[in-house]
Amino acid sequence: MVKLRVNGQEQSFDGDPSMPLLWFLRDELGLTGTKYGCGVALCGACTVHVDGQATRACITAVNDVSGRSVTTIEGLDPQGNHPVQKAWRAFNVPQCGYCQAGQIMQAAALLATNKNPSEDQINSEMSGNICRCGCYQRITAAIKAAATGA
Amino acid sequence: MSAVHANIENVSRRGFLKGLFATGGLVVAAEFIPSGAAFAAYATGAAKMAGGVVSDPHVFVSIDPSGLVTIVAHRAEMGTGAKTSLPMAVADELEADWARVKVVQSPGDEKKYGNQNTDGSRSLRHFIQPMRECGAAARHMLEIAAAQRWNVPVSEVQAQNHEVIHKPSGRKLAYGDLAAAASALPTPPADQIKLKDESGFRYLGKGNVQIVDLFDITTGRAVYGIDTKLAGLKYAVIARPPVMGGKLASYDGSAAMKVPGVEKIVVIEGTPPPSKFQPIGGVAVIARNTWAAIKGRDALVIKWDDGPHASYDSAAYKAQLEETARKPGKVVRDEGDPEKALGSAAKTVFAEYYAPHLAHAPMEPTCATARVSGGKCEVWAAVQSPGGTQNELVEKLGLKPEDVTVNVTLLGGGFGRKSKPDFVLEAALLSREMGGAPVKVTWTREDDLHHDYLHTVSAERIDAGLDAQGKVVAWRHRTVAPTIRATFVPDPKLEQAGELSQGVLDVPFNIANLRCEVGEAEAHTRIGWFRSVSNIPHAFAIQSFVAELAHAAGRDPKDMLIELLGPPRLVKPPAEYTNYGDPLETYPIDTARLRRVVELVADKAEWGKKLPPRHGQGIAVHRSFLSYVATVIEVAVDDTSPNMARSASRTGGSSRTISTASRSFASKNRRR
Repeated sequence: MVKLRVNGQEQSFDGDPSMPLLWFLRDELGLTGTKYGCGVALCGACTVHVDGQATRACITAVNDVSGRSVTTIEGLDPQGNHPVQKAWRAFNVPQCGYCQAGQIMQAAALLATNKNPSEDQINSEMSGNICRCGCYQRITAAIKAAATGA
Repeated sequence: MSAVHANIENVSRRGFLKGLFATGGLVVAAEFIPSGAAFAAYATGAAKMAGGVVSDPHVFVSIDPSGLVTIVAHRAEMGTGAKTSLPMAVADELEADWARVKVVQSPGDEKKYGNQNTDGSRSLRHFIQPMRECGAAARHMLEIAAAQRWNVPVSEVQAQNHEVIHKPSGRKLAYGDLAAAASALPTPPADQIKLKDESGFRYLGKGNVQIVDLFDITTGRAVYGIDTKLAGLKYAVIARPPVMGGKLASYDGSAAMKVPGVEKIVVIEGTPPPSKFQPIGGVAVIARNTWAAIKGRDALVIKWDDGPHASYDSAAYKAQLEETARKPGKVVRDEGDPEKALGSAAKTVFAEYYAPHLAHAPMEPTCATARVSGGKCEVWAAVQSPGGTQNELVEKLGLKPEDVTVNVTLLGGGFGRKSKPDFVLEAALLSREMGGAPVKVTWTREDDLHHDYLHTVSAERIDAGLDAQGKVVAWRHRTVAPTIRATFVPDPKLEQAGELSQGVLDVPFNIANLRCEVGEAEAHTRIGWFRSVSNIPHAFAIQSFVAELAHAAGRDPKDMLIELLGPPRLVKPPAEYTNYGDPLETYPIDTARLRRVVELVADKAEWGKKLPPRHGQGIAVHRSFLSYVATVIEVAVDDTSPNMARSASRTGGSSRTISTASRSFASKNRRR
């Protein structure tokens, strides 16, 4: 039995402990905001926070997060008004939107440890999150704005 | 739009996209304005599409007593903004307050909504005018209802910002109060519907409307095809034949059935090539969750009979296509005497270009959920063509159209892949096998790349002759690529008119001796259209070759390009030319526009500026899907990536975004 905390709530799972956290969140808990893109940590669409750290849920087994605290896009802010989410809307970042939960979670983790990242730091931190629509310029602008509160 | 100056050091696709706007490159996209007066009625090919055009407000608009206006989006949303922009056109003409507008996505029903095939970069082109007419008709119905209520002539009333005003008295009625009466009225005849003057737009062209799913996307609530949740949902992944036309020889599912969570193994009968939109068959593992299904599939022991394409080798095939392009093909455009002109030219130049297989690779892999029970089928899927999907399900399952419902989710990218509903049929067949339980089929990323309707591979060879002054006097372009038609009919060997109309038949150059030829090629994979389709290899070759010619002549590539475009004129392509299904009268091939975007992009990018060592600028122009685009790219050569990047870009012509496609190509042969 694996026990963990997801978005502040205690969860337990007695299925296959090697199941990736991604599928546990999506299929078992119904938290479908975390997206499947590649399954091998190449695209970043499945990014969640584990104890505040940006983590690829597709290669993280449920067992690996036993006793730990997981935050998904649904739990980032109760009203959906985390500064990164607000900046995302102010800058009209998404197009198709599929990768955006992962992008937002990655950006939020960055700003949690670096309040005012440089453009190089932003690009470096976000380089594992792919956007097939090519929203990168707006992503960078939104992260800068979220950092400065602009 | 502004030009900024930095170097692109990394020309991977992602680096390219990042650089395109932020650092070293620049795209200039001509805004689409129909010929003649802006926004005057213009002819499109929409009426010829399946389902045609519907603009009846009774179909698209409803208003409740509180004044909430609900507008139906009948085109799929995959990142182009169509789910917002078309309802926005309705709302603008309707004089609706966007804050009191709700947009709902329609299911597949082309009889009711008109054409829904969200493909071919045509949603705005074909439907902004009908949607404006729809909004204007609804506005007029509200005005008639108010005039009747007040017992005054309609000419005295005017709809404005969610209410109708009686101009002489200043009395007002809210839309919500008029909704019931207005909706009981017949749709006004076309001659009574007056579109707004552009100056009266509230939203169109203003940049003041955000995409309707923005909040949901940023909070994880937006629902894509892969996100469907239903009570009793089963999860499936499928092992498919690795080679086109391959079949299942035998399988052993005993180990798979031992994987906890696996419930059933089902063989799906495949359709041999040309398989069209039918499933290619395979062995499905159905489980209680996606992970169990994936692990179950891993545990299958399968023997495939690979069939006639077993020996397909893409490297050998490339050589074969290139060899074909070195020989005469079927002539599809012929002006002057290019063979003679090549023979007498002061200098001849040729180059060969190759574009490899390209997978669509949308961020969201193809995925569909179906429930087939009690003589009815309901699906939830990320499909570009809900009407086509409904037709396929009706045929496959032997049901009536009214018993098949296709619910359209958001699409995590489409690029043409999700207009081919083989994956929806898989889900429907599996649900039927599971006695009507809902089944979600997920394509893993590996499935998506392996079993895609890959974009065609292509070999392009161009030979040209220069005179003593470095002017191009002869041009012979040979294109060799397996055709998309191979997915639909047995063994076609030549690119079709629709494919040749994407850069070959319509090459806009002013060259006295010009010939285009097409060579034979056999398909060994499922082939499908991929955004911008055959413009990819054709424009890549033609525009790259212009730079080769300039280099050979010792001339500036931009000057060479402008000289080739020639005097302002409308290009007259051969009769086979298809113009993306739209009339040439509305959408001509206008060399003046091509030249203007070249000059503009050159100006903005400071064409010819001094560059660091091992850096260069390149310029290209192309008309793709009726949009005109010029691009300047600055590249740096480094020792770790011997291949130069090539780029192609285009605009969808929508009001909100410019979408850009770029591709790096693996190889080019050059000799002069």
